[in-house]
Amino acid sequence: MAMTMTQKILADHAGLPEVRAGQLIRAKLDLVLGNDITTPVAINEFEKHGLSGVFNRDKIAIVLDHFTPNKDIKAAEQSKQCREFAKCNGITHFYDVGQMGIEHALLPEQGLVAAGEAVIGADSHTCTYGALGAFSTGVGSTDMAAGMATGECWFKVPSAIRVRLTGQPKKWIGGKDVVLTLIGMIGVDGARYQSLEFTGDGVAALSMDDRFAIANMAIEAGAKNGIFPVDEATIAYMKGRVNREYQVYEADADAPYEKTVEIDLSELRPVVACPHLPSNTKPADEVNDIAIDQVVIGSCTNGRLSDLATAAEIIKGRKVAENVRVIVIPATQHIYREAMRLGYLYTFIEAGCAVSTPTCGPCLGGHMGIMAAGERTVATTNRNFVGRMGDPSSEIYLAGPAVAAASAILGRIASPEEIEQGGN
Amino acid sequence: MQANGTVFVYGDNVDTDVIIPARYLNSSDPKHLASHCMEDIDAAFAQKVRPGDIIVGGSNFGCGSSREHAPLAIKSCGVSCVIAKSFARIFYRNSINIGLAILECPQAAENIRQRDEISIDFDSGVITNKTREETYQAEPFPEFIREIINADGLLNSLSKC
Repeated sequence: MAMTMTQKILADHAGLPEVRAGQLIRAKLDLVLGNDITTPVAINEFEKHGLSGVFNRDKIAIVLDHFTPNKDIKAAEQSKQCREFAKCNGITHFYDVGQMGIEHALLPEQGLVAAGEAVIGADSHTCTYGALGAFSTGVGSTDMAAGMATGECWFKVPSAIRVRLTGQPKKWIGGKDVVLTLIGMIGVDGARYQSLEFTGDGVAALSMDDRFAIANMAIEAGAKNGIFPVDEATIAYMKGRVNREYQVYEADADAPYEKTVEIDLSELRPVVACPHLPSNTKPADEVNDIAIDQVVIGSCTNGRLSDLATAAEIIKGRKVAENVRVIVIPATQHIYREAMRLGYLYTFIEAGCAVSTPTCGPCLGGHMGIMAAGERTVATTNRNFVGRMGDPSSEIYLAGPAVAAASAILGRIASPEEIEQGGN
Repeated sequence: MQANGTVFVYGDNVDTDVIIPARYLNSSDPKHLASHCMEDIDAAFAQKVRPGDIIVGGSNFGCGSSREHAPLAIKSCGVSCVIAKSFARIFYRNSINIGLAILECPQAAENIRQRDEISIDFDSGVITNKTREETYQAEPFPEFIREIINADGLLNSLSKC
């Protein structure tokens, strides 16, 4: 029976010759991930049930990235609990302040995920690693606890939507524009319980950072996972990072898809997702009369080096608008150092931006950029739900780094073309 | 297994950020989570809800983050079941894994109104609206999931293996 790429990975990890959509399976895991919010709940479950130890100390990653550097005493206690658990169980891949980065930028960068692997993480954006041709999906803390103890997880095998990408994107179009456009087309539950399998000759035109941003937001369409085929760019990315054998899977030519969505990358325009759903997508230049109070450039979606490069290109030699607070957050220590070496951080600070150590902080309304009542942010993050970044009456406009940087300069939602045309 | 209670109705796409805002995730204490449950869409919920009460949502209930704190907050308020047109997948499995009963039933979600009194028979999947004298049929849980819920969560079911 023909299978999708996701189904093939799941079949192999379940030790089955084939699986079909809807089937309940138990699959072996190559990595189990948690962060400083979700791991304490998993540890409590782990200890409450007297589980004796972890299945493999090299196949668990604990990253303290959400409320770190710790924002208050309770958050510090949660980090301490993770730290002690990691030490007690000899967890190899434990990342604390100073080494840590935002988990979904950090794990691929450190080579902890490779093509063909099966990964669960107690964080919904674990679906990011589909960019590497892996099966990865977000779960809760109890699944994390069970995964740490047994190295396995139960899954309902997903059906799939094929997203066929064609054409070459224009300048300033990045992965965020692709995925926001897709979510605008299919809705926030358009891929609920399903895989989003990306195909087509347009894939080759997307950088790995673009693919990470796209797979990252598969969850925002309700998907179980998003996955890209493995090509030269994927293999080049893994080279020097992944030092173990990995397997490249391809969907069967006659694999079953529930439907196919076509996106011509050459037709895309810079977009924003207006409050309060990621599917509320509009071209940036159609909403460019909306004044803003804050801009956040960072997160597991768009805090990578090429995102900072794009923002720096627009901001270089300019000043951020009066009365706008601009917060730039490189996603990992490596990205931070590279952005410093390449002069991006200097550009941001010269322009009047605040540059932060890696943290998820403002994206989930934790710290480092919380909004007051009625305030408005343009953010390169992934969710614009009510109250996500502060007061329930505040508003979030999601965008890629080019729109965010242009908006920072003009003090309102702006397309990067406006800057090029001398908007400042 | 049965549930009886008064209904709180919400719309489509109730996300985990409104079920339990992230600013309260610096603790996983069930009482702390319960006291802030649904705060950003229904500030009085935590005061109004009584043990056994039932939440009814529209489509894609529980979308957003993977925080298990969301079903934990709902369960810790004493809510006996969440009924919705459909659920986001991580919320669905988290609810099952912690032993919070949830049922997909579009017919119930469309017809039940705020403060209706309903009862649920989990074995048959029959939902009875006592206020409107109507019944709705939900899919009962598959055997695999029933085992986890009956054991009061995934880890209890594992330790029984």
